[in-house]
Amino acid sequence: MSDTTELTDLTVKESLTALTKGQISSRELTEAFLRRISTHEADVHAFITTTPEMALDMADGADDTRSQLKKEDKPIPALLGLPLAIKDVLCVDGVRATCGSKILEDFKPPFNATAVDKLLDSGIVILGKTNTDEFAMGSSTENSAYGVTHNPWDVKRVPGGSSGGSAAAVAAKFCPTALGTDTGGSVRQPAAFCGVTGIKPTYGRVSRYGLIAYGSSLDTVGVLARTAEDVETIFRLTAGFDERDATTVDVPLADAVCRDGADIKGLRIGVPKEYFIKGIHPEVEQSVRDAIETFRGLGAEIIDISLPHTEFALPVYYLIAPAEASANLARYDGVRFGLRTTNENMMQMFTESRGVGFGPEVKRRIMLGTYALSAGYYDAYYGQAQKVRMLIKADFEDVFLKVDAVAAPVAPTTAFKIGRHGDDPLAMYLEDVFTLPANLAGIPGLAFPTGFDNDRLPIGMQLMGKHFDEETLFKLAHVFQHHTDWHLKTPVL
Amino acid sequence: MSLTFEEVEYIAMLARLDLSLEEKQRYQQQLSDILDHVAQLQKLDTHDISSTPSHLPPRARLRADVPKNGLSRERALENAPDLEENQFKVPPVLG
Repeated sequence: MSDTTELTDLTVKESLTALTKGQISSRELTEAFLRRISTHEADVHAFITTTPEMALDMADGADDTRSQLKKEDKPIPALLGLPLAIKDVLCVDGVRATCGSKILEDFKPPFNATAVDKLLDSGIVILGKTNTDEFAMGSSTENSAYGVTHNPWDVKRVPGGSSGGSAAAVAAKFCPTALGTDTGGSVRQPAAFCGVTGIKPTYGRVSRYGLIAYGSSLDTVGVLARTAEDVETIFRLTAGFDERDATTVDVPLADAVCRDGADIKGLRIGVPKEYFIKGIHPEVEQSVRDAIETFRGLGAEIIDISLPHTEFALPVYYLIAPAEASANLARYDGVRFGLRTTNENMMQMFTESRGVGFGPEVKRRIMLGTYALSAGYYDAYYGQAQKVRMLIKADFEDVFLKVDAVAAPVAPTTAFKIGRHGDDPLAMYLEDVFTLPANLAGIPGLAFPTGFDNDRLPIGMQLMGKHFDEETLFKLAHVFQHHTDWHLKTPVL
Repeated sequence: MSLTFEEVEYIAMLARLDLSLEEKQRYQQQLSDILDHVAQLQKLDTHDISSTPSHLPPRARLRADVPKNGLSRERALENAPDLEENQFKVPPVLG
């Protein structure tokens, strides 16, 4: 570490090295991030809640623990003293969890999400809870009851969503890494819009316990950071079977692959024609195609493939996700937690608390999902969508017989202007067209920066992989980042 | 596929959502547009696919059925909008 390096410039890896060597304390590091947040948060608005006092307590605790364990010559937890931000849909015991919704304005969960618990066991320091579209429903972080998050590359633009707060926080160097969630692209698309790296793990790889549910068959807990190596480090510590989430699977993790000398020679990357369609911005297409050529130059084999049911991912998703949401959000009834607006009578308590507490997009999806599940329409909408989902999954199973990963753009455009889609939900849904298939198929996806457009806005690509094969994606991205420097560019605030 | 105003009111009732007149009119239009878009799924032949498809990996396992303590009563009640004698309190169900 040179004298001119700001502490907030450090990656996860660099922070952990400096902490281990005793060059910095967790308190110094945490104070540096808190200072940067207080200087620039008014422009970015990445957080719904910051927790400076708790963070400093945790940092002091981490520093004490480190000197104690050192003295006793005991092993040091992997992330001891590392500051991190958490999307406000994941529960942290005693810290307000709003989900970006008025209906949970005062909700303080009495437990930790499993992913959070595991990271706390590894020694993290929590800086705060990041902004999100309400209940993670959105692609721009504009649907938050707590205000819009601004893209640090251009504050007139959205950071993407729904993990826009986490992506903006990493890009703005408010934290070296952050947890997000991805139900239809909510880690990958904001990662691309903000020029950072983010993983959507295999469904079942990371416990959803304590993730406030949106679409339960689609929800995943992911990680954002500046490098693939950092993302891999945090992801591995969140993964694993959890008896509190029956959909977690105990498939062992391969060894970490983001290391010097990692080799991608002979790995086969499929390029699906359905992801390079009319409507994709030419600069985005060019950047992703250039990145694919970089992979070819690094020894990967590039193979043209087809995922024929791609076009149906959008209608399938916008039936299944709202249907699951309408069931999951039935719990907000004003009885046990959350907003209650009236004690007039029971029915009025339900309808009014929900009518006032939920924002427009959440109500729209509850309405859509309720309709899709209602008597007389179930088979035609929800039932048919579930069947087509199997066709989308089968498309991937077929191509993964021939390739090790699939390369595609993350989104058709770069970050759009705040307010652009106004009150046009379908136009907003189209932003997710390239990210939805991975959620429907349950496969992992990794987004990382591949360049900039003419407005100096980041462009990202995603690699999608086989079930439980995140490591191939990390290896490819790590080698790419070893040979390129797009991921090292940061915005000037 | 267009929804009638009455259908929108019926769905809102099923979803226990109190909506304003303006919201109902807006959702009537927007939901109709979305349903038009998703109607393209009808053109796919899916009669060979199981009626209870699952995307889940087959290896999911369940925990041992061993009783243990859950949340304490105090913690479970911390977020209650209204309480009486350590229980959730709700308004009259009838009337």
